Amino acid sequence: MNNKSKIKIQDLNLYIGKHHILKNIFTEIPEKKVTVILGPSGCGKTTLMKSMNRLTDLYPEIKINGKIIIDNKNILDNKQNISKLRQKMGLLSQRPYPLPMSIYNNVSYGLKINNKWTKKEIEQKVEHYLKQVALWDEVKDRLKEPASRLSIGQQQRLCLARGLAVDPEIILADEPTSALDPISSQVIEEKFAELKKNYTIVHVTHILRQAKRIADYVVFMYMGEVIEQGTANEIFENPKKNKTKSYLKGLFY
Amino acid sequence: MSKIKLIEEKLFRVLMFLATCLIAFALCLIIFSILYKGIPSISWEMLTQTPKGGFYFGKEGGILNAIIGSLYLSIGATFLAFIIGLPVALYMNVFLIKHKKLINIIRFFLDLLWGVPSIVYGAFGFTLMIFFGIKTSLLAGIIVVTLFIIPIMVRAIDEVLKTVPVGLLESSLSLGSTKSETAYRVFFKQCIPGIITAVLLSFGRAIGDAASVLFTTGYTDHIPTSLSQPTATLPLSIFFQLTSPIPEVQNRAYASAVVLTVIILIISILSRIFSKKFQKNQINF
Repeated sequence: MNNKSKIKIQDLNLYIGKHHILKNIFTEIPEKKVTVILGPSGCGKTTLMKSMNRLTDLYPEIKINGKIIIDNKNILDNKQNISKLRQKMGLLSQRPYPLPMSIYNNVSYGLKINNKWTKKEIEQKVEHYLKQVALWDEVKDRLKEPASRLSIGQQQRLCLARGLAVDPEIILADEPTSALDPISSQVIEEKFAELKKNYTIVHVTHILRQAKRIADYVVFMYMGEVIEQGTANEIFENPKKNKTKSYLKGLFY
Repeated sequence: MSKIKLIEEKLFRVLMFLATCLIAFALCLIIFSILYKGIPSISWEMLTQTPKGGFYFGKEGGILNAIIGSLYLSIGATFLAFIIGLPVALYMNVFLIKHKKLINIIRFFLDLLWGVPSIVYGAFGFTLMIFFGIKTSLLAGIIVVTLFIIPIMVRAIDEVLKTVPVGLLESSLSLGSTKSETAYRVFFKQCIPGIITAVLLSFGRAIGDAASVLFTTGYTDHIPTSLSQPTATLPLSIFFQLTSPIPEVQNRAYASAVVLTVIILIISILSRIFSKKFQKNQINF
């Protein structure tokens, strides 16, 4: 790989109770590319992604060891400032979770936490990020309305805008289109293609066609192991491992 | 097979209907009997005057002392229980999320405390008062009633906070907010309607309880002007009037019960209106 890698995962093992969920994961995620973590349901894709911003901390039964290195720091090290670390990464989950407040406040929430912008700057930024996710025109007249009134597709775009507003370097997306209609899904995919100029995107999906559409780099996982990884071309055109070949043929889901 | 299922279905539907009717009937009977006996004795004088000499023998006066006393007591106690209980419930649901066993132990003890009869709190408060040398007073009553409703407050808020999905916690944290920001700005906001219900539930218990204040607030015909003075409460006022042999005074007890019921009704309606206002921000999952 020619590109600089943004996230390096070394010898990562993760257990939930007695189950060995992630097994000896070694992988590197290139900077400013879309990396798709591909694999059937229950193979540990989401868990791998959540360990990247330490959301795994929330689950008592999870034990994790190994290294995840982002910008030369092992984020699994307990001395890290977790809030700072998480701000580096925008999260888009399987279904949108807008905050229980107005549309405007959803985007300004992260900005206000930082406490370094004036009111005017926040206003401009909210507009900027809502435009970036193509939501501004739909909501500009009702910014004070609760976010819960938006459709699911709009909510997911709002969540993307909210995540971008804290100025992350990485976007973690966990099957972000699985609850969306085709048009909203398309908008999200198109946005990712634009956003990769400035952001490192990690996209978890089990949908092969989607992976083919958006991936620059693919990590194929099966039963908690990384089976094969490489550029989209390598994996889709010329897979080396049998398991990858069967998945590409649609033999197991 | 399907016939048995159909009969089963019908049988349980009838049973559920009967149970609902029974509850509704009992409720109506209580309200009817209070109103029937109480309404004729209600007068403006009763609501606006403190007891005059001989009030408990059927002479002039009213129960304003008990109305004001009960409001002071239950508003004070509900307020204290809320500012203590809310952080506890938030702490359990946001900070202790990794320690499921500990949370369950806390819940178990709170449920236990919820089940302790209020007379036990009264007795406990009385022992404390003797120990510290405090006389029966509004303050002592507020403290005891606060202790008595804290478990109710915490568990009721806790039940609401439990319904917040992990995804919302994850979203808020991944925006870089700390756990306390998440607690007060996301969890609290999401749960305001439920929290209002919890406060109302606690208030209802506080204003309706006689046993916990029996030893601690004392009883007086005057409206208290400071926390260190004893105060009358509606439940005790009802009790004293009802135990009188004079029918006129007994009827006034029912009138007092009507007042108590109406206060709770007003608070309920107000809180419903209030919580509707906040419901719009709530995310439905």
